[in-house]
Amino acid sequence: MQVSQLLLFLVLFPLIAAFFLLFARKSLERNRIVKLAALAIGAISLWLLVAGFDKGMMMFGVSGKVLDLTMLAIELVIAVYLLWLGLKHKKYSVVILVVIQAALLLWFELVFGHTLVELPNNLFVDQFSIIMALIIGIIGSLICVYALGYMETFHEHHKEIADRRGMFFFVIFVFLSAMFGLVFSNNLLWVLFFWEITTLCSFLLIGYSQTAEATNNAFLALAMNMLGGVAFVVALIYLATLDPSGQLLELSTLLTSGYAVAIVPAVLICFAGLTKAAQMPFSSWLVGAMVAPTPVSALLHSSTMVKAGVYIIVRFAPVLTGTTEGLMIALVGGFTFLLTSCMAISVSNAKKVLAYSTIANLGLIVACAGVGTYNLMWVAILLIIFHAIAKSLLFLCVGTVEHRIGSRDIEDMGGLIERMPKMAVMMFIGMAGMFLAPFGMIISKWAAIEAFIQAPFGIIFIIILAFGGSATLFFWSKWMGKIISVMRHQENVEKTVPQDKWTVLWILTALVIIVALIFPLISSVLIEPYIMDIYGHTTRLAEANIIIMLLMLGLLMIMPFSMLFESKTPRIAPPYMGGRTTEGGMKFHGSLGMSRDLVLSNYYLRTYFGEEKLFMVGVLACWGIILIALVMVVGVVL
Amino acid sequence: MIPDPWAAVLNAVIYLLLAPVVGGLIAGIDRKITARMQGRVGPPLLQPFYDVGKLFEKENLVVTTTQNFYVLSYLVFMAVSGALFFSGGDMLLVIFAFTLSHIFLVLGAYAAFSPYSHVGAERELIQIIAYEPMIIITAAGMYMVTKSFYVSDIMQSAVPVVLYLPGVFIGYLIVLTIKLRKSPFDLSTSHHAHQELVKGVTTDFAGPNLAKIEIAHWYEYVFLLGVVYLFFGFNPLLAIAAIIIAYFLEILIDNTTSRAKWQLTMRSAWLVAGTLGIINLGVLYYLRMVVVP
Repeated sequence: MQVSQLLLFLVLFPLIAAFFLLFARKSLERNRIVKLAALAIGAISLWLLVAGFDKGMMMFGVSGKVLDLTMLAIELVIAVYLLWLGLKHKKYSVVILVVIQAALLLWFELVFGHTLVELPNNLFVDQFSIIMALIIGIIGSLICVYALGYMETFHEHHKEIADRRGMFFFVIFVFLSAMFGLVFSNNLLWVLFFWEITTLCSFLLIGYSQTAEATNNAFLALAMNMLGGVAFVVALIYLATLDPSGQLLELSTLLTSGYAVAIVPAVLICFAGLTKAAQMPFSSWLVGAMVAPTPVSALLHSSTMVKAGVYIIVRFAPVLTGTTEGLMIALVGGFTFLLTSCMAISVSNAKKVLAYSTIANLGLIVACAGVGTYNLMWVAILLIIFHAIAKSLLFLCVGTVEHRIGSRDIEDMGGLIERMPKMAVMMFIGMAGMFLAPFGMIISKWAAIEAFIQAPFGIIFIIILAFGGSATLFFWSKWMGKIISVMRHQENVEKTVPQDKWTVLWILTALVIIVALIFPLISSVLIEPYIMDIYGHTTRLAEANIIIMLLMLGLLMIMPFSMLFESKTPRIAPPYMGGRTTEGGMKFHGSLGMSRDLVLSNYYLRTYFGEEKLFMVGVLACWGIILIALVMVVGVVL
Repeated sequence: MIPDPWAAVLNAVIYLLLAPVVGGLIAGIDRKITARMQGRVGPPLLQPFYDVGKLFEKENLVVTTTQNFYVLSYLVFMAVSGALFFSGGDMLLVIFAFTLSHIFLVLGAYAAFSPYSHVGAERELIQIIAYEPMIIITAAGMYMVTKSFYVSDIMQSAVPVVLYLPGVFIGYLIVLTIKLRKSPFDLSTSHHAHQELVKGVTTDFAGPNLAKIEIAHWYEYVFLLGVVYLFFGFNPLLAIAAIIIAYFLEILIDNTTSRAKWQLTMRSAWLVAGTLGIINLGVLYYLRMVVVP
């Protein structure tokens, strides 16, 4: 198959699978379709890698006019649907945004519809798109397979929730299709179309359980993303006003057309990216999205949705390089990183900790892309890869653990190493991937420091990284400590986890380690050529340092085997409990002859890192910065 | 860049062999001076070595066998980070390896699932987040002055680093107090009996494991004082004098203050990093970028 056919396959095939899933009523049928489709999507993404990694940017023409009108029609149908839902649930902010966006789109079509010429190249693919496609195609489809088993258990546990699995898998596959469309589209009108589809899909998935909380949070996500969507449409109108023939709507043309033309749409579209990537002040939608079934969270956090937000910002980064507007966007990312890292210290809900950690890491990506020097771009793309793998693994682990121990609270995960040993090891590796040397995220943090220190005003971000990074250390370590604490006499409860889930989890765990091992290869084959094409020079870590990292990784992996070579078998003794007031079996004497179990709880330092307080600070600061950026844009327009 | 791989390896090996000896001696001198300050005669200079030797003879008593793994990893990665430092490697990589080794100590304490170890582990973590920003700022400051993250370059730089980084240097001395487990910041475990009811983070380690933790501390001493050297790399004699004075100051502070609460520790460390560190780097940035571009 030619590369263009591969692209079309990746966009259309998930869509076809989605329609089959909509009508698959039996679990067995659904299982087969999902697994087959996942396999095909994963394989074709890999094929795309093999076929396209050395070819640089390739553009393809797909005849557009009919498609454009179809897309417009679908967008209007969606608008009517959302309007109806918004009125039904009395969510007037959504109603207003839907009306504004639909009106702007219609107006755009009426004014510019006849002047726009058909763009020659609606699709494109380059190394960055390939990286995104691999993340969507491999991690996304692994999550789909995992979701099969998860949703089965989910509906056993929650009888009160209507079983709409047909619709669930339909939406998930449409989501994947839209994500592929988004990263392959060269026509900004198409990007917008897929952009809105991802917003709709996440809305439907977050609201899946149809409880009041789920519905509210789904509408919150919808409203915030619609706000970004409106900014996106305004950017398109601006571009069409500049050039009514619509040449500037081609992403590849726009990105190389210079500051004067591109900065206004860049800022507007990056604003849309900020909403989608859940940066402050829009972070609350992603935190609220954790009411959705866990595979949805995994999908939103790792391979879809928020990654679309950072994808578009990283795409526009070359326009932002060295501009004050870019610095403003970077500052929003930087503050978000710092504050959400600190907020994660104060919460004990595992999914919430993961959500804050995602927002923080996206913040770091936005900070890198906003400053936009070539070595920071390198870091941003590396961060996207590492984060997607480790975070999907962690979400899926937490989901499985929740079903087995009946809680997603970190305080209830004590002694997981005894109760669910394999799962605990996977979580350990996933967390190590998020914050320990020599795994992925720390490689990126390191490269980020080295890159920021050479960038203008980079010193601000070094300081942000120094403080935010240490906060990151705290919340991951104490969670890690919780799961590896050895409580005695625990029952093993992981035997009921089905094989499918194990397979997915083991693959993801292996990927965390493998990617840390082969990242120099990924860098030299995919990231460096991409950066080279844009900036004319590129970056990488020094070879000696890479060797040292690999040696450290090797050392880390052989360390556990040291336990097999103990010269003397250690004698096991009970821990020190403080003497007279204790009795056997980890109990304390209480008053009146009562005996009390030992309970240990982590520190949350709420006086310093209280969620609400920091959130308010972040919202105010980031709104302030965004408004400055928007005022500057208005200045450019006038 | 790393100058010569063989010289680097040689330096690393020398560090791995000699650092425990030097670190143990420092600990011995420390105990002697501390005793004199308290009006005691104090133990023999080599007492730390006798102690560790004795600990190794003891039975390997554990709460859970995984403790052995965590403690060994703590020791190994502490040695690795020091070796990277003395072989002239990248400062940031050294810092990350250093952090990794501490996380292993914390995990070892968590693994025991006992009240004292647990509180010790939480406090050790608070100490880590208290000092970590300042250490990163130190590395960034040294880069701004010498244009390199490599220890070998910073050490050989003819620039009087400390004159450009006075705020960072003071900040580093303050987090050094945390790192050397000296009062008032010896939150997680202390060398002094009068500060501790139980031994904090090391409560549930015994015998050989405790000995390994002690050796890791010796490695750590040498590494931390090596960083002080970097501030004075332009004049080795001055550098050694600075190390001696700095360490003496730490002993003095240790013996004249009592343990602070964790709130104060964290606040003061972040405040110092957030004021002295940031102002110092800000001024440096301004001078480099604006005044002399």
